[in-house]
Amino acid sequence: MRKNRLVVLAFWLTASPLAALAAAPVHEFTLDNGLKILVRQDHRAPVVVSQVWYKVGSSYEPSGLTGISHLLEHLMFKGTPDTPGGEFSRLIAANGGDENAFTSRDYTAYFQTLEKERLELSFRLEADRMRHLLLKPEDVTKEAQVVAEERRLRTEDQPEALTHERFQAAAYITSPYRNPIIGWMQDIESIRPDDLRHWYQQWYAPNNATLIVVGDVDPAKVRELAEKHFGPLPTSELTPPRPVAEIPQQGERRITVKTPAEVPYVMLGYKAPTLKTAAEEWEPYALDVLDSILDGGNSGRISRNLIRGSQVAAAAGTGYSPTSRLEELFMLVGNPAPGRTNAELEQALRAEVAKLREELISSEELARVIAQVTAADVYQQDSLFYQGMRLGILETIGLGWNKLDDYVQRIQAVTPEQVRKVARKYLTDDRLTVAMLEPLPLEGRRPAAPGAMTDHTLR
Amino acid sequence: MPSLQSLISSFLAAVLLLASSLAVAVPEIQHWRTANAVPVYFIPARELPMVDAQILFNAGSVRDNGKPGLAKLTNALLEEGAGDWSANDIADRLDRVGARFSASSWRDSAVLSLRSLADPRYLQPAVETVARLLKEPAFAPDAMERVRQQMLTAIQERAQSPGAIAQDAFFKALYGNHPYATLPEGTAASLNALTRADLQDFHRRHYTAANAVVAIVGDLDRPAAESLANALVGGLPKGEPIPPPPPVPDVPASQTIRIPHPSSQSHILIGQTGVSRADPDYYALYLGNHVLGGNGLVSQLSQEIREKRGLAYGAYSAFSPMRQAGPFLMNLQTRNDQVDTALEVAQTTLREFTAKGPEAQMLEEARQNITGGFALDIAGNGKLVNYLGSIAFYGLPLDYLQNFIGVMNNISLEQVKSAWQRRVQPDRLITVIVGGPAAPAASTPPGAPGA
Repeated sequence: MRKNRLVVLAFWLTASPLAALAAAPVHEFTLDNGLKILVRQDHRAPVVVSQVWYKVGSSYEPSGLTGISHLLEHLMFKGTPDTPGGEFSRLIAANGGDENAFTSRDYTAYFQTLEKERLELSFRLEADRMRHLLLKPEDVTKEAQVVAEERRLRTEDQPEALTHERFQAAAYITSPYRNPIIGWMQDIESIRPDDLRHWYQQWYAPNNATLIVVGDVDPAKVRELAEKHFGPLPTSELTPPRPVAEIPQQGERRITVKTPAEVPYVMLGYKAPTLKTAAEEWEPYALDVLDSILDGGNSGRISRNLIRGSQVAAAAGTGYSPTSRLEELFMLVGNPAPGRTNAELEQALRAEVAKLREELISSEELARVIAQVTAADVYQQDSLFYQGMRLGILETIGLGWNKLDDYVQRIQAVTPEQVRKVARKYLTDDRLTVAMLEPLPLEGRRPAAPGAMTDHTLR
Repeated sequence: MPSLQSLISSFLAAVLLLASSLAVAVPEIQHWRTANAVPVYFIPARELPMVDAQILFNAGSVRDNGKPGLAKLTNALLEEGAGDWSANDIADRLDRVGARFSASSWRDSAVLSLRSLADPRYLQPAVETVARLLKEPAFAPDAMERVRQQMLTAIQERAQSPGAIAQDAFFKALYGNHPYATLPEGTAASLNALTRADLQDFHRRHYTAANAVVAIVGDLDRPAAESLANALVGGLPKGEPIPPPPPVPDVPASQTIRIPHPSSQSHILIGQTGVSRADPDYYALYLGNHVLGGNGLVSQLSQEIREKRGLAYGAYSAFSPMRQAGPFLMNLQTRNDQVDTALEVAQTTLREFTAKGPEAQMLEEARQNITGGFALDIAGNGKLVNYLGSIAFYGLPLDYLQNFIGVMNNISLEQVKSAWQRRVQPDRLITVIVGGPAAPAASTPPGAPGA
C-alpha cells in the first residue's frame, strides 16, 4: 500500500517537475583594464553584497610558500597609503556593514554586505587595496602569528581536521591540492614580506579579478561606480599557472593518523573529475546524483543502510565538489558507532560503492534526488551571498558564470545507467585513498621532548 | 591642509548622515492563535516560492529534571518513527518533496524547522509528516538505542575538543545546581539510565499546544498560513503550561579552573552571569558589548588581543540572553605559553571598559553598525524566521523589529556605562583554561613541546 503510493508520487514528480524558478538575469560588463563585473538584481531588501574574486588560491602556490594566498588575504586588511591599517574594517562596520574574506584552493575572495546606498564605500576601499597594499614587515610578522593560531585552532587541535589534512597530502602526489589552504606551519612562519609583495603584484590586478554585485541595485549605476573606482587601476602581466595535473594513481593508498582523540574516524576518497576536468560533460552531473543517492538527506543510502540499517556508523556522509579547478576526490567519511571499528565502517562504505558499480539506482531514488535539486535551486536564492558565491566560483575557475544555469535540467537528464557508468569508471579500488584516525589516549600522551614526536602529529 | 584622519572622519560623517535618513522597511508581524490556542507569528514573503516554518517548544534541557539528556534524546527521536511510519518512511516522505527538516534541542527550547517549496503538492506532504511526528512519535526501542549511541559518540567527541571542554566546565561552574549547568547532551551515565517511559512522559508533558509557538515566513497568504499552522500543530493536545525555569544563582565568587589537554592551544573562557531575555538592561549591555567584543575585528578585545599583539585568531565577547540569565562570556584561544599574557590583556580590557565606559566615538560607530546593519540581519527568509522564532518563543512584542533601531538609537553613553557597572563585576569572574600540560602553563618555557 505504502509502496504504491511512493511510486505514484515519484511518477508525478518526474512527469511534472516544477519549472525551475528562473533567477534574475546577470548583467555582465568588462572594464578596459580587464576587470569583469557581474550584477544580479535582487530587490527583496534594500541590501547589496559586493564581492571581489581573485584567480589565486593555495593550488597556485609553489612548495615552501604554502599558505601565502591565505596570509596575504589576512594582510589585505592591514592598510594602504590612503586607508591605514584597521580603517577598512572600521569604516565598513561604522556603515552598518558586514565584511570578511575567504581563501580556497582555487580562489581568494573579499566581500562586504551593506545597505544598498553604501555600495560606493565598498568599491572605493576594494579598488584601493587591489593595487596599493602596504605590506609592512611588522604587520607580516604579527599576522603570521595570528595565522599560526588559526592553524592550531582549526587543524592541529582538531583530530578529524588533522586527519583530513594528512589524507589530502597522501591522496595527491603532484597536484597542489595535496597542500593545506592555510599552509604548513613551517611555511607560515617563514614567508617573508618580499614573498608576499611578489605574490600580491603577481595576482592582485583588475585583469585577474571578478567583481560581483548582488542586491537591490541598478546595473547601470553599478557600472558607473565601478568605472569610477576600479577603472583607473593598471593591469598586470599575468603568467599562466604552472601545470599542476595529478599523475595517474596506480593502486590504493592508505595512511594512519595517530593523535590524542576519543572517536575513531575513517576517510575514503576516489579520484574523480570535475566540470573543469571531465572527459564527458555529463559525468560530473552523474557523480553529483550519485553523491545524493548516497547522502542526499536522511533517506540517502548512507543514513538508511549504515546509520540506521547495520548501525555500523554513528555518523557518516559523502562529499563531491564538481566546481573545482583540478581533479577532485569523491569522499566518503564517518565515525564508527560505539563498539564498531574503522575497518568495519570502511568495509561498509566500500560495499555501498560496490553496489553502485553493480546495480542500477531505482527510479524512486532518482526522482527523490531531482525533487531535492529542484527545491534547492529555489532555496539558494534566499541568500544574496550564496548567489554571488556561485557566480564567483564558476567564473574564477574558468567555467564561466553561466555554466550552471541549466543545472536542474542537467541533473534531470542523468540516467541510472550513467550513474553506474561513473561508479564503474571512477569509484574503483586503484583510485582510492584511505585514511584512518587512530585515537591515542587523551591523557599523558603529550611527548616529553621533540625527539619523542611521531611523524603523525605536528606537535 | 586636513589630516588624513579628519578626511576619513568627514567622509564617515557624510555617509553616516546619509544613513540616518534612510528608513529600513521592516516587515510587519501578523499574529493569531490556532483553534487549540498555539500562538502563531507570520510574515508573508511572496518573492520566492518557498516556506520556512519553525515550531518551538518549552522543552529544552532546562526541563530535564535530574535526567540530563532527556530533552535532547526525546527531540532527536521525533523523526525516528511516528505512528506506523518508520524512520525510513519519514525520511522518504520529506526528501521526495525536497523538504528540509531538522529537530534540535537547546537549554531553553526544542525547535523543529521545516523548509519547503510553497507549491501545495510539495508543502502538504511535508507538513503532514511533521505534524504526525510531533504528535505520535513512536520512541521505538531499537531507534532509541541507536540514537542513544549517537549521542554517546557526540559526548565523546566533546572530550577531544578543548573548546567544548571549556564550555562545559564554564556552565558547570557558573550555574552550579541550576538546570542550565548541565550539557543538553547529558552524560554517558545519565543517557544510559534513560528509559522509553521517561521519553514518552517527557513528550506527553512538553510537546503540547500550551507549550508551543509557531513562526512562519514564506510565500503564503493569510488563509494559507492559518491552515499551515493548523496542519502543523492543530492536532496537539492542549496540555499544561510549563512554568519558567528557576532564577539563576548569584554570580559566584571568582574562580579559575585549569584543565590540561594535549592541545597546542589553550582555550580561555572568562565570564559571569549575564542577562535574561526580558532584562531591561539587555539592550544597553548589548550595545556596550559591541564596543568591547561583539563587532569582529573592530572591537576592543580583538584590537588588543589579535590586532596589536597577534595572540589569537579570534577574541570575542557576548551576552547570550536566555529565559533566565544566560552567560556573559569572553572567549579566545592562544598558544599554551601565551596564556598568562592573553589572560591579563583580556581581564584588563574588561576592567577598563567597565570602569570608564566606551569612548563616545566608538559607541557611535558600534551603534551605526547595529542600526545600519539591521536591514542585513533580516534580509532573507531564513534569517527572518529565526528572528520570528525568538520573538515568538520569548514572547517579545510584535513591534520588536520595528522598534529595534529606535531602541538602539535612544540609549545614551551614560546608560551603557551605568548598565555595565551595575551588571558586570570584573572582580567576580569565572575563568576556564583548557589546554597544555598538567603543570601551570606559565612554567612552560617558550618553544618547549606543547608550546
